[in-house]
Amino acid sequence: MNNRPHNLLTNIDWISILLYTILVLMGWLNIYAATYDESHSSILDFSQRYGKQLVWIAAAFGIGFIILLTDSKFFTAFSMIIYGGMILLLVLVLIVGEESKGARSWFELGSVRVQPAEFAKFATCLAVAHVMSRHNFQVMRFSNLLLLGFLLAFPAGLIILQNDTGSALVYSSFILVFYREGMHGSILLLCFVATALFVISILYAPFVVLATILCGALVAHYYYRHDLRETLFIALLLTALFFLGYLLRWLFHWDITNFHLLLGAYVLISVASLYPVYKRKLNRMVLLLLVSWACVGISASVDVMFDKLQPHQQARINELLGVIEDSKGVGYNVTQSKIAIGSGGLTGKGFLQGTQTKYNFVPEQSTDFIFCTVGEEWGFVGSTIVILLFLAFILRIVKLAERQRSTFSRVYGYGVASILFFHVAVNIGMTIGMMPVIGIPLPFFSYGGSSLWAFTILIFIFLRLDSNRLQVFR
Amino acid sequence: MNKFGYRQWIIAAIMVSVCVVYIIRLFIYQVVDDTYKVMADNNSQHIEIQYPARGLIYDRNGKLLVDNQASYDLMIVPRQVREFDTLELLSTFELTKEELVERMQACKKYSSYKPSILVSQIPGDKYATFQEKLYRYPGFYIQTRTSRKYHVTHSGDVFGYTSEVTAEQIEKDPYYSPGDYIGASGLERTYEKWLRGKKGKKIVLVDNKSRVQGSFHDGEYDEEAVVGKDLHTTLDIDLQDYAVRLMRNKKGGIVAIEPSTGEILAKVSSPGYDPQLMVGLERGKNYRALQADSLTPLFDRTTMAQYPPGSIFKTIQALIGLQNGVITTATTVPCHGGAPITGGRFMKCHWHDSPVTFEASIENSCNPYYVHVFQKILEDSKFGNVRDAYGEWRKQVAQFGLGDRLCPDFINESAGFIPTQEYYDKVLKTKRWYASYIISLAIGQGELLITPLQMANIATILANRGYYVTPHIVRPTGDSTQAPIVRHDLPIKREYFEDVIKGMERVITQGTGKMARADSIPMAGKTGTVQNPHGDDHSVFIAFAPVENPKIALIVYVENGVWGSRYAAPIAGLLIEKYLKGKISDKKKPLEKQMFESDLVHSKA
Repeated sequence: MNNRPHNLLTNIDWISILLYTILVLMGWLNIYAATYDESHSSILDFSQRYGKQLVWIAAAFGIGFIILLTDSKFFTAFSMIIYGGMILLLVLVLIVGEESKGARSWFELGSVRVQPAEFAKFATCLAVAHVMSRHNFQVMRFSNLLLLGFLLAFPAGLIILQNDTGSALVYSSFILVFYREGMHGSILLLCFVATALFVISILYAPFVVLATILCGALVAHYYYRHDLRETLFIALLLTALFFLGYLLRWLFHWDITNFHLLLGAYVLISVASLYPVYKRKLNRMVLLLLVSWACVGISASVDVMFDKLQPHQQARINELLGVIEDSKGVGYNVTQSKIAIGSGGLTGKGFLQGTQTKYNFVPEQSTDFIFCTVGEEWGFVGSTIVILLFLAFILRIVKLAERQRSTFSRVYGYGVASILFFHVAVNIGMTIGMMPVIGIPLPFFSYGGSSLWAFTILIFIFLRLDSNRLQVFR
Repeated sequence: MNKFGYRQWIIAAIMVSVCVVYIIRLFIYQVVDDTYKVMADNNSQHIEIQYPARGLIYDRNGKLLVDNQASYDLMIVPRQVREFDTLELLSTFELTKEELVERMQACKKYSSYKPSILVSQIPGDKYATFQEKLYRYPGFYIQTRTSRKYHVTHSGDVFGYTSEVTAEQIEKDPYYSPGDYIGASGLERTYEKWLRGKKGKKIVLVDNKSRVQGSFHDGEYDEEAVVGKDLHTTLDIDLQDYAVRLMRNKKGGIVAIEPSTGEILAKVSSPGYDPQLMVGLERGKNYRALQADSLTPLFDRTTMAQYPPGSIFKTIQALIGLQNGVITTATTVPCHGGAPITGGRFMKCHWHDSPVTFEASIENSCNPYYVHVFQKILEDSKFGNVRDAYGEWRKQVAQFGLGDRLCPDFINESAGFIPTQEYYDKVLKTKRWYASYIISLAIGQGELLITPLQMANIATILANRGYYVTPHIVRPTGDSTQAPIVRHDLPIKREYFEDVIKGMERVITQGTGKMARADSIPMAGKTGTVQNPHGDDHSVFIAFAPVENPKIALIVYVENGVWGSRYAAPIAGLLIEKYLKGKISDKKKPLEKQMFESDLVHSKA
């Protein structure tokens, strides 16, 4: 026991610590830029957000340090108690919490406001790790799936009751963890297809949706048939028919859209393929045709349904999806965000030189839309570096998770990676208009103590577990 | 478990591919596609607020009283301001250098990137000359708006005025943003939501010199402004004008009501102010001057002032006395320049025939008679004690619309005051009361307080022989938030009203209200003189006409007018004649002239 500090220093993953520190500091620079104002000169102005964030960062380092000094058995032994305590806090915040921007999700402790939903993530991660590391645990057993579902639905449901749907959606990221631990791949695929279909139906034009579905169908065709020539032949036929229609439209001035042309081509091919499918009894191909048509039907009906709805009903569905309410008209936030990012160019306008972000054109620019500042001031180069740093960090955690001897640590590590990935993908995706506007923070970048501390705890518990990996057996 | 170890590569692949897609997307946005850069270089979008015109205000005959005029605001975007001709700006808008510096700093404090108003409500002619020089003022531009145009030069107490919203109001209602106008008093305030309409917005793209380059997304996100809705008042503007002229140089108030409908025909608080003073470049200066005026023109003397009612209250005492059966029209009381009353005191009165009959008591406004009536009411054997009898009397008085706010159209209306039993318990320090303790209420003095509007409502109740309709100055708009207009019936028999009205007719024909008389118009009235410890007594007169099927009921209240008969009665008579006949007979022209010219404000000062 005497050499514990020594062990800690050598066994800890310094690469992760380094990546964490770089990301946190970059985050602070961007908060400084986003809230920068000539009239407040000192960086230690605690009335300003960047001043406060500096305090949160210092505290986060403190929290990380304390976690590294804690015995890792504490986290494994008390995981369910921590989870239970966090559920209690989530219930409590519903009763005595403060309301802000329509969400009742804050505890007010003097001048500090704490958001328990942020901390529920690491607690849930611990609980999932605990359950899945039980002896002989098999994900595909129905009772186990049910148990895991409950474990996630509990905090997620309470967070939805707080009116903070964005934070609740984070729990869907655990599907990656389950997949790693043996869940059937088709479930992951199904979830992915369903979500993707829904999201792109709302976000994109019908043509893009249909093209995506057809690409998916072609991939599936190859997967089942293992006949590249046939797949390519179908793709070629489809393209040829589409351009034939394009030509005919140009010649005869037909009043139809690209979507109609592609749909027509697809109908022709489907009908034509019925004969060989019937003749050769290709049952899987029947399934493929049916599924692809079902996808087209669903996406079309999502579209039509959504258009037929009253504006306030649409808003309600957006709310259900956790889409932030748009105060200045539909598309305003995202348009402004895209303008800010797009105007950054290759190398950006330079630190503190962003005009769009300083104009306060982008709402929530120091919290949910902080990536706009990155995009505008640091340009394509800076944005790519930030994305790559996040990717490196997440992949590093995946790698660390794989080297764990205990299932607990591995599951927990995958949980950390999945949560981080979900946050980064959804947050950056929404600022560049590829995801619905869901109000969740960008880890280490978005302003706010709760989010920073929660991610710090989440990550440092894993680093602590990792530093102890040699002493733990299954 | 490690048979699933290969899946780490699939998971990693998902993560990498998402990041790659994002990076490609960013590359397209940031490097390939120029549209967003152009939009940003254009200094992007300005949201131009489209200000709707406020609703118009009409009188009962459809005459336009209040509309809008074009006005211009000089806006600045502090960050874009460069050197400019300070002296020219100062002289154009009559500012001092200090004012300009102070305002520019305030604008900068709000935001150095967003536009704020430097000078607001610039009149058209000034705008025209300045506009040509505008190119020499970088960072300055003009915003077009409308401001109020009042077609009456008085009655600010009725219409009120608009002013810029305060930070508090913005906090309360997010509809408003800095620089917006909001109704600050009078009808402008009460009907703010009705009159204001709905702001629109236009998102435009502007270049770095703030020149509009075009609309954003072909106006897809624009919103049209919705013009405010019009207001139809019940005022008769000719009568209102006339009443204002009669009240010139006198302090006090007039309220005239159409009895059958409760519609307010005229409402004058004197001295008043011209609401147009609150519009334009000078409005700040004008407002400060009005506020500093010792005659308090901003104070609405018809709804906010509370006075003891004085002798007009005797009509209510008579009605309650008759209804309770404690007196009859045959009751007489001796009075020789006054009479000894309960508690061993002597109540003074002026000289008139004795003993006094019921009708004569109203005609002569006999004090001892009403001390007798009130004493009878309080010592009614139906109640065990004076305190309980008072409680019942208080309820009956309240039915006349006293002690509570009457008219929903005036937000600042005072409620008046009828003391509660508990109030007197405290004052008298006992629950065992004697009538003599509170006997001055008998003649409308003492702790009683009522507003001139409530007094006018008493005249309405008398004219209607027992009911009133919620007094109002705005015709129903059909808006659900508007307070309903309700008929209130009093539980007093109609015949008692007729008895009192007989006395009130004698007031006009041979009593204290002779000065109100107009040939061929049967009138009923009651004078009052309210003791004023601070100076000359106040002169009060309520009246209605014609006696049968009345068309107008009114109150005239002249502060320091000494007797009801001296100013209040003649003014009331002239107003009734003007309203019913449309003109003043030659016989009364000298009286009219005398009323126009008499000055109770400046003569003593």
